[in-house]
Amino acid sequence: MENFFLAIALILCFLVLLCLYRGIFGPTILDRIISISVIGTKTTIILVLIGFIYGRMDMFVDISIAYALLNFIATLAAAKFFRTRKSIVLDAKFFKEVGIK
Amino acid sequence: MLTTLAIIFIATGVFFFTTATIGLIRFPDFYCRMQATGKGDTLGALLSLAGLALYYLNNGFSLPTILISIKVMFIAIFIFIANPTATHAITKSGLECGVKPWTKEGIQK
Repeated sequence: MENFFLAIALILCFLVLLCLYRGIFGPTILDRIISISVIGTKTTIILVLIGFIYGRMDMFVDISIAYALLNFIATLAAAKFFRTRKSIVLDAKFFKEVGIK
Repeated sequence: MLTTLAIIFIATGVFFFTTATIGLIRFPDFYCRMQATGKGDTLGALLSLAGLALYYLNNGFSLPTILISIKVMFIAIFIFIANPTATHAITKSGLECGVKPWTKEGIQK
């Protein structure tokens, strides 16, 4: 059963790498925020799986709870920040108009 | 019995995670990506954590075991409440900043 958990954790790590593509090349800032939120959710599951693999569930569950709370707060804070700032770069034309490469 | 149920739950959860990731990469627009991740990720996390909590009950029904299972289910319920809330907040901030939805003719100016 530990091999099954290890395989699931590796699949989730591969999915995190795929999500990181959207985080790096995302056209807008909001795409990157979504990507980070999705990666945080997957990391919560990976932490619980690591607890199963090492046999220390009592410790890793608490770390996982803290990570889930932090992920939620970070996403809400970023959304609120960009909502009050009202300046999201939509595409690359904005940079050409302003003159930044 | 519990092990079989746990394996089915975890495999289904990973399937939903995969669909959410494919949607995040392949969809054309910010709003489309939002709906793919907002639903697929929430359901995947709920099913995976429920499967893990069920599997941990294999160690016997003592008090620490049940307590840890309840903690895992607490994470699942928290994600089930918090993930749609975060999705709603990001979508609303995008709408107020003027992100135009994608149509067949391309992004409207």
